[in-house]
Amino acid sequence: MTTRLEAEVCVVGGGLVGCATALHLAMRRVPCIVLERGLCGGQASGVNYGGVRRQGRTLAELPLADRARRLWGRLARLVDGDCEFRATGHLRLARDAAELAGLERWAAEARSFGVACEILGPDRLAERWPWLGPGLAGGSFCADDGQANPRLATPLFARAARRHGARIIEQRAVLAVERIPSGFHLQAAGGLEVRARILVNAAGAWGPGLAALLGERLPGEVIAPNMLVSEPLPYRIEPNLGMAGPGVYLRQIPSGSVIFGGGRGTADPETGRCRPLLATSLATLEEACRIVPDLARATIIRTWAGIEGRTPDDLPVIGASATVPGLFHAFGFSGHGFMLAPAVGAVLAELVLDGHSSTSLAGLAPSRFGVGRAGST
Amino acid sequence: MSPLPTVVIVGAGPAGIAAARRLAEAGLRPMLLDREPAVGGQILRQQAPGIELPPLPGFDPAAGPRMRSDLEALRDRIDWYPSTTVIAIEGNRLWAIGPSGEIDSTGWDRLLVCTGAHDRLVPVPGWTLPGVVTLGAAQIALKTQGCAVGRRIAFVGTGPLLYLSAAQHVAAGCDVAVVADTSGVGDAAAAVAGLLGDRARLALGLRCLRILARAGVRRVRRVTALAVEGDDRVTGLVIHAGRRRTTFPCDAVAIGFGLVPQTQLLDLAGVELAPESRSGLWLPVLDAAGRTSMPGVYAAGDGATLAGAEAAGLMGERAALAVLEDLHLASDRDRAAWLDRELARHAGLARALARAFPFPTRLEESIDDATVICRCEGVTAGAVRSAVGEFDAGEVNRLKALTRCGMGRCQGRICGPVLARLVARASGRSLAEVGRLRAQAPVEPLPARTRRADAADATP
Repeated sequence: MTTRLEAEVCVVGGGLVGCATALHLAMRRVPCIVLERGLCGGQASGVNYGGVRRQGRTLAELPLADRARRLWGRLARLVDGDCEFRATGHLRLARDAAELAGLERWAAEARSFGVACEILGPDRLAERWPWLGPGLAGGSFCADDGQANPRLATPLFARAARRHGARIIEQRAVLAVERIPSGFHLQAAGGLEVRARILVNAAGAWGPGLAALLGERLPGEVIAPNMLVSEPLPYRIEPNLGMAGPGVYLRQIPSGSVIFGGGRGTADPETGRCRPLLATSLATLEEACRIVPDLARATIIRTWAGIEGRTPDDLPVIGASATVPGLFHAFGFSGHGFMLAPAVGAVLAELVLDGHSSTSLAGLAPSRFGVGRAGST
Repeated sequence: MSPLPTVVIVGAGPAGIAAARRLAEAGLRPMLLDREPAVGGQILRQQAPGIELPPLPGFDPAAGPRMRSDLEALRDRIDWYPSTTVIAIEGNRLWAIGPSGEIDSTGWDRLLVCTGAHDRLVPVPGWTLPGVVTLGAAQIALKTQGCAVGRRIAFVGTGPLLYLSAAQHVAAGCDVAVVADTSGVGDAAAAVAGLLGDRARLALGLRCLRILARAGVRRVRRVTALAVEGDDRVTGLVIHAGRRRTTFPCDAVAIGFGLVPQTQLLDLAGVELAPESRSGLWLPVLDAAGRTSMPGVYAAGDGATLAGAEAAGLMGERAALAVLEDLHLASDRDRAAWLDRELARHAGLARALARAFPFPTRLEESIDDATVICRCEGVTAGAVRSAVGEFDAGEVNRLKALTRCGMGRCQGRICGPVLARLVARASGRSLAEVGRLRAQAPVEPLPARTRRADAADATP
């Protein structure tokens, strides 16, 4: 049995980016359909770490991150629900002088983007957060950054988008898509066919695959960040913690559980299955216990991973397709898209409806990888 | 000669021990991993040293030592790892925490999961009060420590364990306030008919009833609603049966509605699970010999099908024969055929018992909105129901994400089946459609300070 639907915009991917895009389109009364292969927020959007930080980002992302941070501040009203966003601050820790110098450099550069960071030497660090372990060279604290609950964010955006009239259809993987004179024709699982004038590719790890169906070659690999959570401990770790270099990141929620991330699990983009790896989890715990020695008392009750797309330069692909008119991309967030997603939705709605966005996307355009037509190399 | 294939058995209850013996006899050297310091699983738990017990129905104090000496005889032909808890399976590798607290991993060619079952609960008002324990927990306290969980204990739920546990407590001299069963007399008639094929179990059942009758213990059937009373601990159990509402003063309540198989490791191994129609529980899809849907992975005992301890031993042996067949080693076809017949008979008995003590679906569906169903996270039935409506959600893992139900220490072992029922009911979907809480490693809590046994050459 075939069901045929039509809309102005079809968004492929019901992650946070897709649902936020649908919400912003629907708020401007644009008919829109979201096709989600599983459940909204079932992959990286729903199971990520939950960091809401500008600190440490590549400068190209900062205009978007700045807009996102302002949106996070009023998200509860936007989606009529609590994503548990808290501006707890984000503390980045340096292991040595070189890393500390890197934090200072970043803080100086980010100042012009309106991001204020406070640099602290080892003594001030220990004084302010006495639960930190020894051996740290210093840190950088961005008081306006924070954290939120990823499990709630996507369902809340999806609900808000529905309330504004967007149609969000789960369990509908896109099987085929072709360009037709009036736009796009998609075939999805369950005998669903959708026609739309505009197509938004918010398919995350599946983004390059969707582009390829339309003959556009965009790079991307699949990663699965490895996450852990502990039983509740007394609430002490207020800021969201990360390292200046690669390594562990962790945060504690007021009910006491500590959420840890670090390293990678395994992911299979074909089946959509991903798994945390215990060896990775153990390495994460060892490092976490060095940074916050009290965490040796923690007990881990769950580990997980979620499939996420990663680009060669670790920056997302956001903007109009370089080869297919009417196609817009927003994927490849490379493990740090959760915080940006509310703004990406707003920006995409602007790109789709107005042809341009008030937020700079310099450095994020799909064309930065060269105009890649599939089969042209 | 090629090296022996590595066969790992998880769980040293009746199924695991029988499998280990059969594999050792065939010349393999199975690894037997068990979380407890002594073999026997839950069913053969023995009293601690110095604990004297009067004779209890259905409890053979010699069975545990017998099993231990059986194992002793196998000792040089198997690798037994007591106090070793398997917490994760990744492809053909499993991770376990050993007695020293260090974690180690091992690969396997064949994996036999015999992880047993735990009590099934239906949350009722007051079920989280101190003094409420499961039937199994009350029984273990009695058998291993010679302790009663209260001075006057009310037994409530359904299943053979309800009567066995109550009768054991009476035999031990405890004061039993009431034995309250959600199943009815018609169901009991089915039990007797079904058990005619198993004289020993029928006799044990009748003996338990005699013990209860002789002690003048009040029995109530067809219980439709219940609640535990008390402010900071149990003071009574309220039973609704027919139009009558009766309060039984007591200071402890032992409660249980059958068993839930522990399928977490099978789930992590990628084994297909399916909801069983009568219990509504998700069980591994198995062939008659205990092969799962994953090549090389087998399951036996109450962790696979709920057929009791005797069947578990037979299943363990049958699965061991399947392992041998699949490794193209000398198996025993005649013995396999006999086991298949015996297992078919036990499956029939298990079905009869399930008919006799049906799970109280209605009691579970009608859990009060204010009742906590996930005590780890303090999530009420009402919170789950309203999230179903509010988010148009009909999948249990989604409800877990939205409400935190099943996110705590027990990893949804207790609330998982309850959550599924409530979501199915509230969303108008079937249990198969709403799914099950996916198992996630570690299946037992992992201390953050855990070190790798191979730390020196660890390559994370």
